[in-house]
Amino acid sequence: MSSRFLDRALVLAVASVGALTSSGCERESRDFLPPKPGAEVGHAASAAASAAAIANAAAMVGRYEHNAHAVSAGKRLWTWYNCSGCHANGGGGSGPALMDDVWIYGGDAGTIYLTIANGRPNGMPAFGSRIPKDQIWQLAAYVRSLAGLASADAAPNRDDAFLTRTPESASDPQKPETVKPSVATGRPQ
Amino acid sequence: MDDARALPLRPRPRRRARAKAQASDRRELLRDGDGAGSRAAAELERTWQDKPGLRGFLSANGHKTIGLRFVVTAFVFAGLAGIMGGLMRHQLATANSHLVGPDFYNQLFSMHGTAMMFLFAVPVMQGFALYVVPLMIGTRNTAFPRMSACAYWLYLLGGLLLFGAFATNTGPDAGWFAYVPLAGPQYGIGKRADFWNMLVTYSEAMGLMVAVDITTTILKLRAPGMTLRQMPLFVWASLVTSVMIIFAMPLVMLGANLVQFDRMLGTHFFNPAEGGDPLLWQHLFWFFGHPEVYFIFIPALGFVSAIIPTFARRPMFGHDAIVLSLITTGFLSFGLWVHHMFATNLPELGKSFFTAMSFMIAIPTALQIFCWIATIAAGRLVMRTPFLFVLGFFFILMIGGLTGVMLGSVPLDLQVHDTYFVVAHLHYVLIGGAVFPLFAALYYWFPKVTGKMLSERLGRWHFWLFFIGVNLTFFPMHILGLHGMPRRIYTYGAETGWEALSLVSAAGQVINDLGTLLFAINLVRTVFFKSERASADPWGAGTLEWSVASPPPKCNFFALPVVSSREPLWSPPAEVTHVQGLSAQIREGLTTTVIDALPDTRYAYPAPEIWPFVAALSVTIWLVWSIWSVPGFAWGLIPPALAFLLWYWPNKKEAIEELKWEGEP
Amino acid sequence: MNGVHDVLSPAGPQAEALYQLWNVMFVACTVVFVLTIVALAIAVWRAPRASERAKPDLDLHPRKVATLRRSVVWGIAGSSVLLLGLLLASFVADRALSALPLANAVRIDLVGHQFWWEARYESHSPELTFSTANELHVPVGRPVLVRLRADDVIHSFWVPSLSGKKDLIPGRESTIALRADRAGTYRGQCAEFCGYQHAQMALVVVADPPADYERWQALQREPARAPETAQERRGLELVEQTSCAMCHAIHGTRARARRAPDLTHVASRGWLGAGAVENTPALRAEWIANAQKFKPGINMPPLDAAPDDLAAMAAYLGSLR
Repeated sequence: MSSRFLDRALVLAVASVGALTSSGCERESRDFLPPKPGAEVGHAASAAASAAAIANAAAMVGRYEHNAHAVSAGKRLWTWYNCSGCHANGGGGSGPALMDDVWIYGGDAGTIYLTIANGRPNGMPAFGSRIPKDQIWQLAAYVRSLAGLASADAAPNRDDAFLTRTPESASDPQKPETVKPSVATGRPQ
Repeated sequence: MDDARALPLRPRPRRRARAKAQASDRRELLRDGDGAGSRAAAELERTWQDKPGLRGFLSANGHKTIGLRFVVTAFVFAGLAGIMGGLMRHQLATANSHLVGPDFYNQLFSMHGTAMMFLFAVPVMQGFALYVVPLMIGTRNTAFPRMSACAYWLYLLGGLLLFGAFATNTGPDAGWFAYVPLAGPQYGIGKRADFWNMLVTYSEAMGLMVAVDITTTILKLRAPGMTLRQMPLFVWASLVTSVMIIFAMPLVMLGANLVQFDRMLGTHFFNPAEGGDPLLWQHLFWFFGHPEVYFIFIPALGFVSAIIPTFARRPMFGHDAIVLSLITTGFLSFGLWVHHMFATNLPELGKSFFTAMSFMIAIPTALQIFCWIATIAAGRLVMRTPFLFVLGFFFILMIGGLTGVMLGSVPLDLQVHDTYFVVAHLHYVLIGGAVFPLFAALYYWFPKVTGKMLSERLGRWHFWLFFIGVNLTFFPMHILGLHGMPRRIYTYGAETGWEALSLVSAAGQVINDLGTLLFAINLVRTVFFKSERASADPWGAGTLEWSVASPPPKCNFFALPVVSSREPLWSPPAEVTHVQGLSAQIREGLTTTVIDALPDTRYAYPAPEIWPFVAALSVTIWLVWSIWSVPGFAWGLIPPALAFLLWYWPNKKEAIEELKWEGEP
Repeated sequence: MNGVHDVLSPAGPQAEALYQLWNVMFVACTVVFVLTIVALAIAVWRAPRASERAKPDLDLHPRKVATLRRSVVWGIAGSSVLLLGLLLASFVADRALSALPLANAVRIDLVGHQFWWEARYESHSPELTFSTANELHVPVGRPVLVRLRADDVIHSFWVPSLSGKKDLIPGRESTIALRADRAGTYRGQCAEFCGYQHAQMALVVVADPPADYERWQALQREPARAPETAQERRGLELVEQTSCAMCHAIHGTRARARRAPDLTHVASRGWLGAGAVENTPALRAEWIANAQKFKPGINMPPLDAAPDDLAAMAAYLGSLR
């Protein structure tokens, strides 16, 4: 029984446990209370607040995009708040598709947050005064998962409902590209 | 049985074999048997020894080694699960307690149930069977030792993965039976339910492997003369349990994998919108789940049947009746499963059938109880700790069994289903019906396994504390259930009035812990600090395991015994008493026919190998990979395929060596 | 939630039948238990003691064998007859459960959600129908037919003083019939583990004298009371334009979502959050501000709103009797 073998085995075991722990904690934590004020971001229309939103988004990724509970909550809210009314199940309709790689204003979490909070021209309502910020971040994380951009572990699986789309966890990641809207229709060219 | 007399076994072409030996290895061909001499005995011990070092540790396949590992590991998991139970009791001891939050509490009760049922109760019984059965039937190892070794590694790895998941906030949180849709793809958020499904796969594979091993061992490796009617009752219990496991366990693995497919692959087995049904899971699970409690209960009945004759100084009264009861119980237990689903909207007439079956299964159990009482009434009692625990078993099991009859009635179950009444019932039958006999068996066979007797005084203290503690913890739960307290709640309001009895329950659990602590102290003291050795048969028992030294030699028997009665030590056979002529240089045994135990063939047990361990590791790779990746389901099968292929690859050298020894008896 | 919540305090014929069955089984099982334990005790008491080294008895006197065999056979025969009797009792009680006359029954559609109960009365009739949550009123002496559906996971409807339980399983529809024969408040609780707040998914069935019940029904059918004070008006404005209307409905206002409990007459209910908090002004305000504090894990988010606004909303909701 070589002690070097044991040492190496021990290091490997500890490293695996460490890896499992950190990924597990982020993915599996259920934070029922939103982060304390200051840790999140306002939805005022000012440019400074917009910049702050985009800047803080990185901090929110672990809490939302890599968190199964948050993405799942986002999926529930997608149905509850009737996002599917314009965006269907991600394929779009009167609103643009969200499961592809085309993003009119940007596909990162902060920009999506601002899109939902402040609305956009040509039909996207502003939900900022109607939905708590925590829920907007959850929706943003879910929207990212529609394009396969949320962590695959945390993305939701199939619904217990009629089959309408591939489960988000099985969606291939669509690397976002921002495309300018055409002047006439507001749709991507 | 003329053949039994002429049992000296000789290898066939004797001259050729000897010539070959002289040509190839020059060693004398040593054979076992009465009067074979100390050289043969020493060689036997050398042959049957586990190899040293880490490689030896990982490749050991002696049944005593594997059985002991199962039991020790099971107790470690039980201890961890018991701590979780204690936390739950403390959370619920007061109303509106904030000791733990709802999410953690959900993981606690799910882990407690899962670990106790899958990682403690069934494996510990299988471990005892692995250790005791070969000794009791007069053979040197189980039939497929590598399979049991692989089962152990699967068990250990599965348990470690489950607890590892729990440590990373990924412990299952949907209860120990993980109903869909709560454990399904939409509501089973994260990877928690995936780990549960994976653990079930491990448990099933492990249980099935050991069950096949034990069944074959019991049917084919008994001592000559040990016909089915002469077989000890514990061996019968192990046989019935193992056959039940073979029928029931694959179903739960199937069901868990269907849920995994739903979660990972997007299938619709349990999706009502696409033609599936959540109730399907309940059927699949409970068809396994109900027999499962009998996997735990029937071996315990076997323990009781082994212990009572010894401590009543007489053979069991109604031996044949008990055998028939065991078989009937095993058979009937497959017809009860819907009694876990009485609150669903299944047709009422169908449910009533299951009420009738649930009542019916009480009869064979009652028969066993009456036979035991008759044995005690006709015997002369030795009041030692194992027997005390058996007496405790009677008391607590009866309460549990009778509340089971109550729960078997559809209308009454509609009131008490999913309440603390059920929690009380299940703990009474599991603790009374399984843990008490388990402790009895531990005290009983401890001297055989370790060569030392556990302290009688500490044993009595353990018994009384545990007995009082169990009743104090779980009896109030009957009342709490009748007062409306549902299961699996992490808190309750003060206006419910449940606080007083919950507090009593928590106090009882503390007493339980004290008793268990005394047991642990007893164990440690005896194993590490006691020097006085026990004899081969400290209890004056009658079955074969008591004919060998304590602890047993590595080869179990220097000469395999021949029997002619149910208690071979109490009524030894008149004429032939031992088999002789098996090799002392390879691991060899004798197979006998299934019903009449006439000598059949010589059997070469496999030598220790690392492959069972490697195969278990490779299965782990597959299962863990499949949790994280869909292609992992397929690609992950390559490591196990390779491992099993290499494991089963025929070994020419080994085959030649074994053929050298084979021949007609 | 306060209310009678006890299998042993039946208030209707279903629960009564089950209570009688419980008595029968309890007595029978206790008798069996006592007899068996006494037999064991006598056996242990009377058997002589011996040591491990005592020679085992291999032969039993034939008369003793006969006695023991007779005892065992009588034991089994007796047990079988008793079990048969209990089986009959069980069938009789089961039939009683399905024998409730259902003429002129009140019809309620109960949908189980995580973690509250949605109740729609008389859904077959547009003039009579209304929605409420967590607090059911029924008239004394009239049967109630409850249709059970689940919205998400498996729940179980259980009001022990009125009837046994019935599971609400997604994709399946079941029914349960019950009747309250005495006026009073009967508590129930979800009895199938359904997630984080299974522990706080209670409901009450309030059995009213028929006249009171008619009054309650009529009130529930009316749209929400108009706000009277300025604070209440401000509260209504906030309820319609901020988070509340995204999930809740208040008939007569612009809040028309159906994802959360109907709040049209929320102030008439004794408790909020399916029994989580009492419906007093102070607790109501705290609940609206941060329901997660009382019931972590439910779908209702904490509100980020100014204290004045919260007070206005609480005042408005408090006026919705």
